[in-house]
Amino acid sequence: MNKQFNQFRFWAIGLATSWLALFVLVPSLMVLVVSFLTRDVDFLIKFEFSLAGWESVFDPNFIALLWDSLSMSMITAVICLMVAYPFVMCLMGLPQRWRGIVLFLLIVPFWTNSLVRIYAIQFLLGKKGLINEALQFIGLIDKPLDMLYSQFAVIFGLSYILLPFMILPIYSSMERLDFRLLDAAKDLGATTKQRLLRITLPLTLPGIIAGFLMVVLPAMGMFFVSDLLGGSKHALLGNVIKNQFIQTRDWPFGAALSVLMILLLSFMLWLYYRATKMSNREGGINDSNF
Amino acid sequence: MTRIFKLGFIGLVLLYVYTPIMILVVNSFNASRYGNKWNGFTFNWYEKLFENDSLMQAGWHTLQVGLTSATAATVIGTLAAVALQRYRFYGKGAVSSLVFVTMLTPDIVMAIALLILFITLGIELGYISLLIAHITFCLPFVIISVFSRLKGMDMSVTEAARDLGANEWQVFSKVILPMILPAVASGWLLSFTLSIDDVIVSSFVTGPGYEILPLKIYSMVRVGVSPEVNAISTLLFVGSVVLIVISQLLLRKRGSWK
Repeated sequence: MNKQFNQFRFWAIGLATSWLALFVLVPSLMVLVVSFLTRDVDFLIKFEFSLAGWESVFDPNFIALLWDSLSMSMITAVICLMVAYPFVMCLMGLPQRWRGIVLFLLIVPFWTNSLVRIYAIQFLLGKKGLINEALQFIGLIDKPLDMLYSQFAVIFGLSYILLPFMILPIYSSMERLDFRLLDAAKDLGATTKQRLLRITLPLTLPGIIAGFLMVVLPAMGMFFVSDLLGGSKHALLGNVIKNQFIQTRDWPFGAALSVLMILLLSFMLWLYYRATKMSNREGGINDSNF
Repeated sequence: MTRIFKLGFIGLVLLYVYTPIMILVVNSFNASRYGNKWNGFTFNWYEKLFENDSLMQAGWHTLQVGLTSATAATVIGTLAAVALQRYRFYGKGAVSSLVFVTMLTPDIVMAIALLILFITLGIELGYISLLIAHITFCLPFVIISVFSRLKGMDMSVTEAARDLGANEWQVFSKVILPMILPAVASGWLLSFTLSIDDVIVSSFVTGPGYEILPLKIYSMVRVGVSPEVNAISTLLFVGSVVLIVISQLLLRKRGSWK
């Protein structure tokens, strides 16, 4: 135990700990505090207790908007699930080496700029976009469909960006599934449907919940998707929060909305741990997936 | 039959994932401004791009922030991962949950939390605030990438090094670091791509005086279609793909990842 030993240990632990404390923990607590303060036109906030921010959250007019945003995110997650689950099941039929290659191909775009990819979707959904041209070419429609700048376009864009976040946790829980259980069930006379509903689904539930966690919350925040594909008509929670901080300057309200998102995150984490406990095995989100 | 169906479905999903990107790449070489139909091959948009000073400036800023924040996050994150693996200390559980929560926190929440902090502390919004924000969201990825590498390794060599008289710094720099180097490099590359791709956090914590590429692109595409954006997007995409391929190859090497 010489002096240098202590020094290295001190810096290795201290740097990251103080960084996370200063730039994650403290700011998060500040958000909570700001949500209970008074809005001030000149100085953004006044240090005076107020519930105005939270009252705005529960304002009936706003609740509709909140619901709209939440339902778009939920629909996105459900669509991702409906694509991801069969996708993973198909993937499990491939040899190990091929699975790795397919997953790799899937995550490559997910590391590239999501804004750029959303912009690219404009070319896909536009009146003279690829989908309309293709549908007209095969004669399914006469006039181009008006797909861009709608709720449909926003959900399309969100599912496009977030699909890998649903596939990866489901894949990792499917990989841990003991396939002997399925063989046993088959021997005992269970049908394909029974095996899916009573074995595969319950045991991969943690992966599904983890997928929801990683799709719903980011989906609520992606203001640029609503801006570029929804024409700002179909606001996401992220658009509302952004407005409160950049334009309207109602910080307590914006902060309260963020606290709401954190509460939602905690609730989903709690669900996830419950599900993991229930299926009694390690599921989707842990460090091995990243 | 079912095998064909399965392969078909996988192929369809991959096609769906790549189609928009391919349209973008093709349009960046398309002489037609609006990209509705193919008007012939051109490098025009790339030339225009390199003549666009404000875009180039934003690109330079993005590189600056990306390089510095990835490097800082890698240094801090690597040390943290080693500390979490090697030492017992008070609050260790809290630190690892904080890492986990930081990674799961929606970008927009982290963005406004940092904005509030910067305004309160009086930190000017620009290079420094961007740097702090980017280091913060890259940090968990470095820690986890290095930590999983450490977990899969035989640590008895570090004990041997200690027995032979190496101090902790020597154990780290001469024994641990060479072993985890692929994961460290991969962490750096991931951080760099995260940094150059970020829109949400950056849009809150940067000021008008320091424009970065994704935000510049954002303001351009909000106005309408712009072929220069197709060109820069193609370059960004190719750049990210190269980096991600390198980082995955680094992780696969000597394959103790996972």
